[in-house]
Amino acid sequence: MRKKRGAGLFAYAILYLAFLYIPVLFLPLFSFNDSVFIVFPLTGFTTKWYGQMLADGAMLHALGNSLEVGAVTAALSTVLGLLAAKALTRYRVPGGAGLLAFTALPLFIPDIVLGISILILLNAIGVPLSLLTVIAGHCLICVPFAITVLMSRFDGFDKSLEEASLDLGENGWMTFWRVTFPLALPGIISSLLLTFIVSFDEFLIAYFLAGSEATLPIYIWGQLRFPYKLPAVLALGALILVASAVLVVLAEWVRSHGLKERQHTMVGA
Amino acid sequence: MTDDFIRIDHVTKRFGGVAAVDDVDVAIRRGEFFSLLGPSGCGKTTLLRMIAGFEFPSAGEIYVEGARVTDTPPHLRPSNMVFQSYAIFPHLNVFDNIAYGMRKARLGRAELTRRVEEALAMIKLDGFGARRADELSGGQRQRVALARALVCRPKVLLLDEPLGALDKRLRESMQIELRQLQKTVGITFVFVTHDQEEALSMSDRIAVMSAGKILQVASPRELYEAPNCREVADFIGEINFFDGVVTRRDGDVAQIDAGPIGRVQASIGDAVGAKVLVALRPEKIALSADPSPGAVSGTVAAAAYLGERSHYNVAIAGRDEPVSVSAQNAEKIVTRGHAPGDTVYLSWAADAVVILPSDA
Repeated sequence: MRKKRGAGLFAYAILYLAFLYIPVLFLPLFSFNDSVFIVFPLTGFTTKWYGQMLADGAMLHALGNSLEVGAVTAALSTVLGLLAAKALTRYRVPGGAGLLAFTALPLFIPDIVLGISILILLNAIGVPLSLLTVIAGHCLICVPFAITVLMSRFDGFDKSLEEASLDLGENGWMTFWRVTFPLALPGIISSLLLTFIVSFDEFLIAYFLAGSEATLPIYIWGQLRFPYKLPAVLALGALILVASAVLVVLAEWVRSHGLKERQHTMVGA
Repeated sequence: MTDDFIRIDHVTKRFGGVAAVDDVDVAIRRGEFFSLLGPSGCGKTTLLRMIAGFEFPSAGEIYVEGARVTDTPPHLRPSNMVFQSYAIFPHLNVFDNIAYGMRKARLGRAELTRRVEEALAMIKLDGFGARRADELSGGQRQRVALARALVCRPKVLLLDEPLGALDKRLRESMQIELRQLQKTVGITFVFVTHDQEEALSMSDRIAVMSAGKILQVASPRELYEAPNCREVADFIGEINFFDGVVTRRDGDVAQIDAGPIGRVQASIGDAVGAKVLVALRPEKIALSADPSPGAVSGTVAAAAYLGERSHYNVAIAGRDEPVSVSAQNAEKIVTRGHAPGDTVYLSWAADAVVILPSDA
């Protein structure tokens, strides 16, 4: 009886993982397939789609835009998140809990609503659409992630460490650089990676706010109309997949490394 | 005023509407080991944090060496602190932890190394400079925190229950070491603790705090032998209380009727008819199996043999609670002890009695 139920759970886990990853694995598979049509059976091995992708200037330009928007969004929202997380965990902020909920609100508003409302606002005040407006929109949804990641990091280390630094003669800024920043670093890196990923694959807000520029998701969306261009998109997708996997492993390593260090601090406290 | 090294001038600290420190007025002398003693929540840590600069008074002033520091931020104050959690920087090794406060002194590498190594020698951790913070035991972390603060050569060292996290044996040996260290460096120590034995054994003077107020400031001996109120007497060691009434006055001396333990005399100013509290420490009471003039008779209700001394609860007529008595086991003859049910006679020296204001 017990064994049977265990077997059922095992089958469920396998099915779940298969559903999760098989579609994703089609991407690299078909990117090496020697046919424009994405259907079985496979017809032969080729790397020409990768060549085509590298020759596609518009696609590379969109990739560049996405990297730029992602990097600026990650840096900006992590800095804003750092300031907010420090204030909310270290000082008595009037209405702090409400404030936190309020900054997290954009996460619960559908992106399509958010995108349209920002577009209406920008039109009303006459701000031209560009990558900068995309960055602004992305910061709106990335800051809550940054605050959450960084607050859990700040909560993890003893407040008296910063007091000890002040007590030993360092002012607020030097205390930040010598104690707060190095201790929060794992959280800062996690936040940078997370917000970068969120921005990099965001479609709806970018679609409304990018104007004549295209980020990669917008470009790919546009290419879906042209079947012969699809394999090159798959090749790019496969490369992004590998890069994402590396980033996720890296983020997880940083996070668990940070946790281990935190446990040491807890033992000492 | 000249030996008022730290002056806490009518300081009050309110959090919300509640006064954590309530109109505290006390002076700490140069080079003394001064303890703030009281139960948790009495305001002792808040007072210490105001001296350090982590909290600012709602009212009143703080002076160190005559200079007003009431609203000076912590990094500009001449004090250093040993935190309850030690607050050893986890991302730095022992050497860099101790050297942390000397960045501003702009010492050469050689001078810096010399001072850190001197500090390591002082806390008997020579050669530990390269250790990481998480490779240290509790006692070692405590020493590093101490060295990190002392190496800055502060005018005042503030200690927030630094021995609280250590086990009993280590705590006792650290008490002795800390006291010796204070004598050697000659720096004023302000020490916060809730452990009365710790305060008694280490301090030059102790301020007993309760509910944000200082009840009494005195030497350990004076606090124990001559407490000024019921709360202090009760907090420091064990004590028996009896209700008394002044029945007669002969000049300075008042005759007090203390009910079940009879009449006692004391030089107090209270008028005839005034209610007082008569207090008697357990070890000031002598027990005897034989009656003597003036002795109070009672029955042993419970006896506990504690090695160097024995503890007895003696029931006496006219008092619901038994009287607590502590007797030194000076003789080796075990049969000299008293067993429950034995009739015993309680006596004490006339000057062993402490008269306190009645709280009724």
